[in-house]
Amino acid sequence: MSALLSVSDAHVSYGKVEAVRSVSLQVADNEIVTIIGANGAGKSTLLNAIMGVLPLKGATAFAGIDMAPLDIEDRVAAGLSLVPEHRELFGTMNVEDNLQLGAFRIPKATAAHSFERVYTLFPRLKERRKQLAGTLSGGEQQMLAMGRALMGAPKLLMLDEPSLGLAPIIVADIFRTIGELRAAGVSVLLVEQNAQAALQIADRAYVMELGEFILSGSAKDIASNQRVAASYLGFQHEGASGI
Amino acid sequence: MNTTIMLFLLQDGITNGAIYALLGLALVLVFAVTRVILIPQGEFVTFGALSYAMLATGQVPGTAKLALAMGIVAFGLDLFDIRRSLRPTRILRAFAFNIVLPAVILALTYGLAGPKTPIAVNIALSLLIVAAIGLFLYRIAFQPLAHTSVLVLLIASVGCHLALQGLGLVFFGAEGLRGPALSSAALTIGPLRFTGQSLAVYGLTIAFIVALWLFFGFTLMGKALRATAVNRLGARLVGIRTTLSGQIAFLLASLIGAISGILIVPITTLYYDTGFLIGLKGFIAAIIGGLVSYPLTAVAALIVGSVEAFSSFYASNYKEVIVFTLILPVLVLRSLAAPAVEEEKE
Repeated sequence: MSALLSVSDAHVSYGKVEAVRSVSLQVADNEIVTIIGANGAGKSTLLNAIMGVLPLKGATAFAGIDMAPLDIEDRVAAGLSLVPEHRELFGTMNVEDNLQLGAFRIPKATAAHSFERVYTLFPRLKERRKQLAGTLSGGEQQMLAMGRALMGAPKLLMLDEPSLGLAPIIVADIFRTIGELRAAGVSVLLVEQNAQAALQIADRAYVMELGEFILSGSAKDIASNQRVAASYLGFQHEGASGI
Repeated sequence: MNTTIMLFLLQDGITNGAIYALLGLALVLVFAVTRVILIPQGEFVTFGALSYAMLATGQVPGTAKLALAMGIVAFGLDLFDIRRSLRPTRILRAFAFNIVLPAVILALTYGLAGPKTPIAVNIALSLLIVAAIGLFLYRIAFQPLAHTSVLVLLIASVGCHLALQGLGLVFFGAEGLRGPALSSAALTIGPLRFTGQSLAVYGLTIAFIVALWLFFGFTLMGKALRATAVNRLGARLVGIRTTLSGQIAFLLASLIGAISGILIVPITTLYYDTGFLIGLKGFIAAIIGGLVSYPLTAVAALIVGSVEAFSSFYASNYKEVIVFTLILPVLVLRSLAAPAVEEEKE
């Protein structure tokens, strides 16, 4: 397995409190990997640290490059992209400008192609392209955040709770799009509280509790694990209806 | 009071107001992008004006040497920042930007300065010098503090103002200077006489406002600056360097300051500390604009200029008092209109 992202023995602390302890994970090319776990398990902290928003102790390599000396901006240029939980859109700018800025680090000619790709994935964004980002609905904002990240043609897209606070029908739409990304050659590292939906589209999964990975394996194995079923899938029986 | 006097005062007020508008816009721009309340904006005015006035007499202003000295400090800071990965390309880039650039500007100044140097060359040299000082000021004083609170940045800003004002006294002395006018042409419409200089003030102010509007509305870099102002983390996550945004904001602010200075130094005698007062009036306009609105700031600046002109006619002793009192009703109204704001998160 050629690892696109490889994190080993990562520790992340807020002052003296260690939020992530000795975590190792890998994401291969063209793979969807999910990290599931309860609120406060340290999932978002881990993603932010991989992106460089928070300091990480340990080794991170992406596409063969050591990430430790790189700032957020250089990690973006290397092909790593994060859609954060709060989306961090440019609220007073319109949809098109938000997307255009997503392509800030790539050549202009490639950006035109990115626009096409994003508008095909999210036709709704094309309809709203002159609307201010801050006035979009929650689901549209999530689409815009993902679209903005995809504009930079990343190799790995990290998504932090993309389904949070969205209506079920929109969640289904977002998850369908995540599935389509793999076909387009983008790997995805997905952090989700909606474990069931995440496990359905992921290849592999890690289960996080109190800052540590307690389980890892193929998404299928994790989904059928007794303990996971009890804690995260709410005693769902096999064959229970989808999202 | 007759109409002619009123028109005269209004003309005077609008000329001054145009300058305050430029400075106010620069303040809003820098605050939006970097959260720095740029007190040293006035020093950019003084440095630009007095460098130009000194060059016009054929002397090399001390500001050109200051730019190189600041570049050397900035180079040291850059080396310290990249100490963990000292690659030759990075060192060379830092050297070119921090040492070679101001050294070339200094050499150009020595080479070109003379009593017969054309006005355009002197203006270009003054702008280059002040732009370099603006860039290095950001690198030395504000980039290392970029993550701190508005209050810390404000304190650093006051420190920079005091330091630069002191240096201004060293470079230019306590005597005031005047520079040559851009053009000696004049235009008479009815009772009003427009000098070439005041027409240049109007023209450049309008040109700058249009240029800023085009830059922020239609260029990728301009949008990136706006994005940094709207959401710093969001900007970093798409790969926009906040330090680059800060540099551009300071570059624009120092250029605007220097141009304002060069525009007014033929009209009034400027001293090493005059810039502060001029900058403060731009600041009032910026506050009336809430430190966010460009159009409101420009309109407010014209009001500040007019109020100043009229109060200097009726009660010249209280001119400054009246102008600065303008800020009180605005602050009271704003505090009533806006709910108490919590100290910013971060």
